[in-house]
Amino acid sequence: MAVTGIILVLFLIAHMLGNLKSFAGQTAFDHYAHWLRDIGKPLLPGVWFLWILRGVLTVAVIGHIAAATALAMRARAARPVRYAHRAKVQGSYAARTMRWGGVIILLFVIYHLLDLTTGHLNPVGDPSKPYGNLVADFAPERWYVTLFYTLAILAIGFHLRHGAFSAFRSLGQQTPRGERRARVAALVFAVALCAGYLVVPFAVLTGLVS
Amino acid sequence: MNLTLRIWRQSGPEDKGRMVTYQVDDVSPDMSFLEMLDVLNERLILAGEDPVAFDHDCREGICGMCGMMINGQAHGPQRGTTACQLHMRQFSDGDTIDIEPWRARAFPVIKDLVVNRGAFDTIIAAGGYITAPTGSAPEAHSVPVAKANADAAFEAAACIGCGACVAACPNGSGMLFTAAKVTQLSLLPQGQPERYTRVIGMVDAHDEAGFGGCTNAGECTVACPKGIPLNTIGRLNRDYLTATTKAAGKPGS
Amino acid sequence: MELFTEGDPIADTRAPDGPIETRWERRRFEAKLVNPANRRKMTVIVVGTGLAGGSAAATLAEQGYQVKSYCYQDSPRRAHSIAAQGGINAAKNYRNDGDSVHRLFYDTVKGGDFRSRESNVHRLAEVSVNIIDQCVAQGVPFAREYGGLLDTRSFGGAQVQRTFYARGQTGQQLLLGAYQALERQIGLGNVEMNARHEMLELIVVDGRARGIVVRDLVTGEVTTEFADAVVLASGGYGNVFYLSTNAKGCNVTATWRAHRKGAYFANPCYTQIHPTCIPVSGDHQSKLTLMSESLRNDGRVWVPKAKGDDRNPKDIPEDERDYYLERIYPSFGNLVPRDIASRAAKAVCDQGRGVGPGGLGVYLDFADAIGRLGRKAVEAKYGNLFEMYERITGEDPYEVPMRIYPAVHYTMGGLWVDYDLQSTIPGLFVIGEANFSDHGANRLGASALMQGLADGYFVLPNTIANYLAGGPFEKVDAGHPAVVEARRDVEDRIQRLLAVNGDRTVDSFHRELGQIMWDHCGMERSEAGLRKAIDEIRALREQFWQRVRVLGDGEGLNQSLEKAGRVADFFELAELMCIDALHREESCGGHFRAEYQTEDGEAQRDDERFSYVAAWEFTATGQPSVLHKEDLKFEYVHPTQRSYK
Repeated sequence: MAVTGIILVLFLIAHMLGNLKSFAGQTAFDHYAHWLRDIGKPLLPGVWFLWILRGVLTVAVIGHIAAATALAMRARAARPVRYAHRAKVQGSYAARTMRWGGVIILLFVIYHLLDLTTGHLNPVGDPSKPYGNLVADFAPERWYVTLFYTLAILAIGFHLRHGAFSAFRSLGQQTPRGERRARVAALVFAVALCAGYLVVPFAVLTGLVS
Repeated sequence: MNLTLRIWRQSGPEDKGRMVTYQVDDVSPDMSFLEMLDVLNERLILAGEDPVAFDHDCREGICGMCGMMINGQAHGPQRGTTACQLHMRQFSDGDTIDIEPWRARAFPVIKDLVVNRGAFDTIIAAGGYITAPTGSAPEAHSVPVAKANADAAFEAAACIGCGACVAACPNGSGMLFTAAKVTQLSLLPQGQPERYTRVIGMVDAHDEAGFGGCTNAGECTVACPKGIPLNTIGRLNRDYLTATTKAAGKPGS
Repeated sequence: MELFTEGDPIADTRAPDGPIETRWERRRFEAKLVNPANRRKMTVIVVGTGLAGGSAAATLAEQGYQVKSYCYQDSPRRAHSIAAQGGINAAKNYRNDGDSVHRLFYDTVKGGDFRSRESNVHRLAEVSVNIIDQCVAQGVPFAREYGGLLDTRSFGGAQVQRTFYARGQTGQQLLLGAYQALERQIGLGNVEMNARHEMLELIVVDGRARGIVVRDLVTGEVTTEFADAVVLASGGYGNVFYLSTNAKGCNVTATWRAHRKGAYFANPCYTQIHPTCIPVSGDHQSKLTLMSESLRNDGRVWVPKAKGDDRNPKDIPEDERDYYLERIYPSFGNLVPRDIASRAAKAVCDQGRGVGPGGLGVYLDFADAIGRLGRKAVEAKYGNLFEMYERITGEDPYEVPMRIYPAVHYTMGGLWVDYDLQSTIPGLFVIGEANFSDHGANRLGASALMQGLADGYFVLPNTIANYLAGGPFEKVDAGHPAVVEARRDVEDRIQRLLAVNGDRTVDSFHRELGQIMWDHCGMERSEAGLRKAIDEIRALREQFWQRVRVLGDGEGLNQSLEKAGRVADFFELAELMCIDALHREESCGGHFRAEYQTEDGEAQRDDERFSYVAAWEFTATGQPSVLHKEDLKFEYVHPTQRSYK
């Protein structure tokens, strides 16, 4: 769980930094997008790196889901009879929404790939013009897309907040002070990542990026 | 005050069980929760009905025998308090209170609110000890223990084995119980020789008993009447990682 | 009819003589041994898993015997030793304050008001040092100093700091140490653990204890279990008073059943009443909670001077308060020993000056301490106790004085044992609170844990070998007439209890019995009161067998049935306690007879007539018991009158 999660988190960071390129203008962003395909050249033929990366990510996602499913199934088996009186959450909501949050995020990722990677669900849908796809996607009249993205990103934020803290714990963080620091770090990280992701669509929405 | 109780009644392990409603009147706010159940039981007996079976013994919050879900909370609404130390002044006249047994596959119901927590003993038997046969001990002062470590070990050792952590955990995990013992013994110099075999033995026994996996949800430490800290689980994880990935336990390590 | 008859004196034939500090070593050397290969062929039954039973079962299994262990709780870790708060004494002299084995021995004999055996107490003091070593090696997290060494504190009845502790949970930590050692042996297959099993009868074959009849509390199944020796470590009988600091399940059944089969019961009337408990709050009260005695270090005990003064304590001016302990005992003040503090509280309440519901309480006031030391300092010292008090009573002791009242806490009496801890039935050993041996008429604070572990870890595992060396004994099977009879007795008794189907609950009888005992066989006893109590107990016992209502059947978990069996035995014990208290025409330790006190109200011992252990032999239900006297000799500590003025 922790190891696959960390791989995905590293990807999320890189992805966010890439997104922020959109503030540097159309040329820079498109250039960045094309550059992604050429990483590793000439050692690797074109797009190979991207496919390797995609492979690693897919394995990580599958591993992450498999581990989560195993845990969820174990949890279900561990409590065959449910409580009649469901308790309110005493610990953290982030922790208690990991499973459904994860499912929502998965659905979002599929949509996101169809939207901005393959372009099937994008109004422009031209793989050679990523900047155009982006701007068209979050245009003000398509506010519902932005809303959906926002909700999904917030779900990721929640997921990350507990995920990051839990990863520290799983890898052996053990002092009370360390626990406080891990909680703060996880929160700051989750908020920062959310903000980093959300500025782009909102910038498009408000016309800052067009 | 007058209360409505909805209590899980199950005549035996094979029975399906159901919630049954009882009215209890004239409850004194000075009663403990279990004394309130005593009153109910006396009335049931005189009315010829089977009294509610529940586990209890010391009634001072240390033996760990009592335990029930009260309105969905392990040991009820007051933090750091076992069911036997919970008093009725925490409730109000006219309240409806749901009372259920601990729910976990590893804690099968025996009758009504009584469950079998033998799995905890099995976890201890799988390594929750220091091998020190009687008579073999060196002079007590021959190994000093830093006060900070002794205090932290005590904090973890305060676990009463009641099972509230399992009952409250969304995953039905017994990791806080397991980690409390691992932490106590791994903080003490006397516990070092068996440190890594202990953690593997105990975690394996925990998993085999049918407890769920830990996802650090943190419900356990909130429900724990002794406030065993969540970071004990971090310590267990660290010991477990060391034990499984490094040459821990090999000669010279 | 006579209440009892007197039989032949009894003597402890195992106790060696010679210089006292050499006796234990001599006994160990002279005792026969069992070679390791033969140990595997022998089975020992241990009933109870507290400090004594848990440590004994673990140690015997380590030595190679096959052990079968039984407890009524759902896990061996829950035995009531777990609730001991204060600490454990040991003559380590780490403080360099003049402690020694001899001083611990001396303090214990004196604290027991000269009604214990010197040889036993000396052995206890000797092994006390090994206990601490053993527990530290097991990982018991004792309190430590900054230098990493063990911390100690002082405790009642001693002028040295010899009490080792783990915050207010010493019993818990020591018990978990023994429990873990036991679990290790269970994991290794050397101990067969039977939790949720209750011993209901002892099996005696050809004069030897050879097994027990147990009921599986979950399935209701009654089975017979056999062994080469039986060890009872089933604790004390304080619950005969219904309200006590004991756990709800604590009972006398195991020892009482053994008594009925021939084991003598010694000094049943010696009961320790602890002065600082939270008072009863109403009829619903099911148990009493102890507040650590340490509170008396800073709290001042008082009641209003006027009878029935029910003003808010804050409104009662200084000159209308009676700080009675400081008034009567100016030199010890609030720190007089347990028995004296308890009796004084009862005396002022009897005068109608008690406070709180029913007038059964006295104030323990921290206002002075808070004024002198500041709230912070008081909080640091007693914060957790104040919290517990508030949780139970709903009152904030920082604002309102605490209310306290004495409660039954420990029973010094128990089955009679010799120096080897063997009862009058060969092969039946009794350890911990269940026996009578080491505390005399009064137990000092922090000595119960010491005795339990001394018996279980160090004494019994040595002495039982001397008996087992005569074995393995002939195999016993379920078809033996004595076994069949024991089993039938148990089944008949269960059926009798279920068949009454009367109109009163078990608890209502238990409460009534407890009230009789508390009124007449509690802190202060008198001839008239005890005679009245005996009549009342007999009448109530008859009622019990006609009117008790136990629903359900014997198949499966039936908590009313469990309680009914225990209360039935308490009735028989209660009568013997009153008879013992009646016959002992003196006051000593936890036994205070109103007729025998000094002019200023202190206990008056009568060493001429009563310097003996009263060992009672059972004859038949309803028939007088036979008293056997074991004379006590004091060669090292000479009896003196206690004074705390």
